[in-house]
Amino acid sequence: MKRAAFGHIGFPILLLIPQLAIIAIFFYWPAGYAIQSSFYLEDPFGFGSTFVGVDNYTRLASSSSYMSSAWFTLIFTSLVTFFALAIALLLAVKADKVIRGAKTYRTLLMWVYAVAPPVAGLIGVMLFDQSRGNITQLLGMMGIEYRLGVNYWDTATAMISVSIWKQIPVNFIFFLSGLQAIPRSVREAAMIDNPSGTRRFWDITFPLLAPTGFFLLIINITYSLFDTFGIVDTIVKGEPGNNPMTLVYRVFVDGFRGQDLGGSSAQSVVLMILVLILTVVQFRFLERRIHYT
Amino acid sequence: MNLKNTVGASLALGLMAGAAQAQTEIEWWHAMGGQLGETVNQIAENFNASQGDYVITPVFKGTYEETLTSAIAAFRAGEQPNIVQVFDAGAATVIGAQGATIPVEQLLNDNGVGFDIEDYISGVRNFYADADGQMIGMPFNSSTPIMYYNADALEAAGVEAPATWEEFAETTAPALVEAGYIPLAQSHLPWIFTENFFSRHNLPFATNDNGYTGVDTEILVNHPAIRDHFTALTEWQDAGYFEWYGTGWADNQDPFEAGEVAMWLGSSGSFGGIADRVEFNFSATVLPYWEAVTTEPTQTFIGGAALFAMSGFDAEENAATAAFFDYLDSVDAQVMWHTETGYVPITTAAYAAAAEQGHYDEFPAAEVGIQQLMLDAGENTRGYRMGFYVQIRDVMNREYGRILTGETTVEDAFNTIEAEANDLLSRFAQTQG
Repeated sequence: MKRAAFGHIGFPILLLIPQLAIIAIFFYWPAGYAIQSSFYLEDPFGFGSTFVGVDNYTRLASSSSYMSSAWFTLIFTSLVTFFALAIALLLAVKADKVIRGAKTYRTLLMWVYAVAPPVAGLIGVMLFDQSRGNITQLLGMMGIEYRLGVNYWDTATAMISVSIWKQIPVNFIFFLSGLQAIPRSVREAAMIDNPSGTRRFWDITFPLLAPTGFFLLIINITYSLFDTFGIVDTIVKGEPGNNPMTLVYRVFVDGFRGQDLGGSSAQSVVLMILVLILTVVQFRFLERRIHYT
Repeated sequence: MNLKNTVGASLALGLMAGAAQAQTEIEWWHAMGGQLGETVNQIAENFNASQGDYVITPVFKGTYEETLTSAIAAFRAGEQPNIVQVFDAGAATVIGAQGATIPVEQLLNDNGVGFDIEDYISGVRNFYADADGQMIGMPFNSSTPIMYYNADALEAAGVEAPATWEEFAETTAPALVEAGYIPLAQSHLPWIFTENFFSRHNLPFATNDNGYTGVDTEILVNHPAIRDHFTALTEWQDAGYFEWYGTGWADNQDPFEAGEVAMWLGSSGSFGGIADRVEFNFSATVLPYWEAVTTEPTQTFIGGAALFAMSGFDAEENAATAAFFDYLDSVDAQVMWHTETGYVPITTAAYAAAAEQGHYDEFPAAEVGIQQLMLDAGENTRGYRMGFYVQIRDVMNREYGRILTGETTVEDAFNTIEAEANDLLSRFAQTQG
C-alpha cells in the first residue's frame, strides 16, 4: 500500500485551521464564556456584573426544584432512550423478516422520519390535548381521567411518549440497514445450529448489531437530553407551572425567559460536565464490549 | 453583469437612496402576532401616511419573552431597535437598566410634544413609571383582569354576577352547580389571583412601596388574606365551584367558551376573541373582592405591555420616536386600537371618544376594564416593580399548581414562594449593585 505523507508539518496544520477555527469560534469560545459568566451575576443589559464565585452552583445544589428537574431528566432520558431503541429494534427485526410487500412496510415505517420535528411534537400535543385530544378522549372512555398540564405525571407521560414516537423512525432506519448488513451465510449457519428464533437473535443478530446499537445509544441519549426541547416547550406551552421540565428546558426558562444569565450559565456548565462524563463512560466501558467488523 | 456595471449600478442605487433619505426611518420590535399583529401594522401604516418626515417599520419578534430577550441581545451588540415592546413582568428589568432606555416623558418633553400624566386613566399612570411618577414606558396594549360571565347560564341559575367572593361561595356557585355548570375558572393565577388580588384589596405586595422606591425589596406575598383565598379555592374545587385547568391560558379559557364554565376571569383584552367565538350571550363585570378583607375595594392596574424608546440614537431618530408616540396617544389611534382589539384606551380623552361613538352601547363588556381601572385608588394600587419577576411568577405558578393538585398545603406553598421570591429579589439587587 502506498502511504501518503506530508513532507512538512506546516502544511497539514494549515489544512486543519479552518476546522479548528470553526470549533474554536462555535464551541470553545461560547463554552468558555459560559464558564466565565457562571461565576458572575450580571445585569441583563450588561451594565454591571458582580463576581459571586461558586454561588450560582451552590444555589443549584440546594434548590429542590432544580433537583427535581434533574431527577425527572434522568427518568425521562432513560425511558425515552430505552423505548425508542427497543421499539425500533422490534419493528426492524419484524420488517426484516417480511418477504411479501417488504418495501411497502418499510416505507410506511420510515415515512414518519420525513415529518419535521416541530410538526411531530404538535401532532403529539393535539393527541393529548386536555379537552379535544383523541388519546384523552379514548382514556376518558376507559374511565381514566387524563389531564395534560394539570397532573405532573400525565404531562410527563405525554412528553415521554411523544419523544419516543418521534425518535423511532430514525432508529428503525439504522437498525434495518444494520440487519441487512449481516451476511446471509452467517444467518444460514445460525439457522442450522439453532432452530430457536429468540436464541438466534440474542446470540448472533444482537452482537452483530452492537456497533449500530452503540452508535444509536449515544445518539438517543443526546436526543433525549437536548433535542426534545421543542416537544417539552410545546407540551408545557411555555409556562411550565408545576409540570415536569428537563434540565435543558430549565436553562432556557431561567436564562431566556428570566434573564438570569449567571444562574443559567451555571446550569449549562453542569450539563456540559454531565455530557462529558457520560461520553467518557460510554466510550471507556461500553465500547470495549463491542466488536466492529 | 461585469464589475464595472455592478459598481455603477450600486452607485446609482446609493444615490437614489440618498435622495429618498429625507425621511427618518425607525424600527419597532413587538410581540403582537396574528390578528393583533395586523392591527399593529395598520397603526404603523396610518402613522406613515399621516406625515412625510418619518417612517416606522414594525417587526414581529415572537412572544413577549422572546422580544425582550432579542432587544437585550441587540442592545448589547449595539444593534437595538428604536422602540421595543416590553410586557408587565419584564418592566423592572428594563426600567432597572438605566441608560438602556430614554424615559418616554423626557423624550416627549425634549421633542416639544408635551406630556401630562393626568391625561392618562388612573390605573394606567404608574405601572410603567418610576418612583417619582415619571413615565418611563409608554403604555401600549393595556389590559386588566375582569370577570366574564355567561349571561344565559346565570339566568338559568337565577343569579346575578357576584360582587364579592362571599356572595359567590354562598349564592352564585351553588345555584350554578345546580343548573349544571362549573361556576368558575380563571387564567393566570399570579396575575389575577396574586398581583391584582393585592391591588383590588389595597394590600401591600412588596416592601419599598411595592418595589418602586428601591431594589432591596422583599415580597409580602405570604399574607393571611391571600392564604385564605387559596384555601377557599381548594374548598371550592372540592365542592365543584371552581376548576383549574393548568397553567396554560387557553386551557382555562376554552371551557368557558365551550359553555361548560359559567364565569371566567381573564384579560379585558380577550373581549374581541370571545365575542367572535361564543354562541351564548356574555357580559363582564369587575373582579369580585372579599368583604372580610375590605369593604372599600380599590382599582386594579394595567398588565399587557408598554413601548420603550431605546437609547443610543441621534436626535433625528429620537424625534421620530417621539412623533410616533405622540401619534399613538392620539384619540384616533387609541380608539382604533381599543375597538379593534379590546385592549383598554390609555387616555381619558380616548375613553370619552369611544363612549361617544357608542362603542359601549354596542359592547358593554368592553367598558368594564376601564371602569375597573378608574375605581378608587389606594396606596398599594399603582402596580409593582420587582426584578427577576418572570422567575418569581414561575415559582408562583409552580406552587399554585401544587396546591390545586393537592401536592402541597397552602401554608407550605406560600412559605416556599416567599423564600424563593426573596432569594431572587436579593439576587436581582446584586446585579444592580
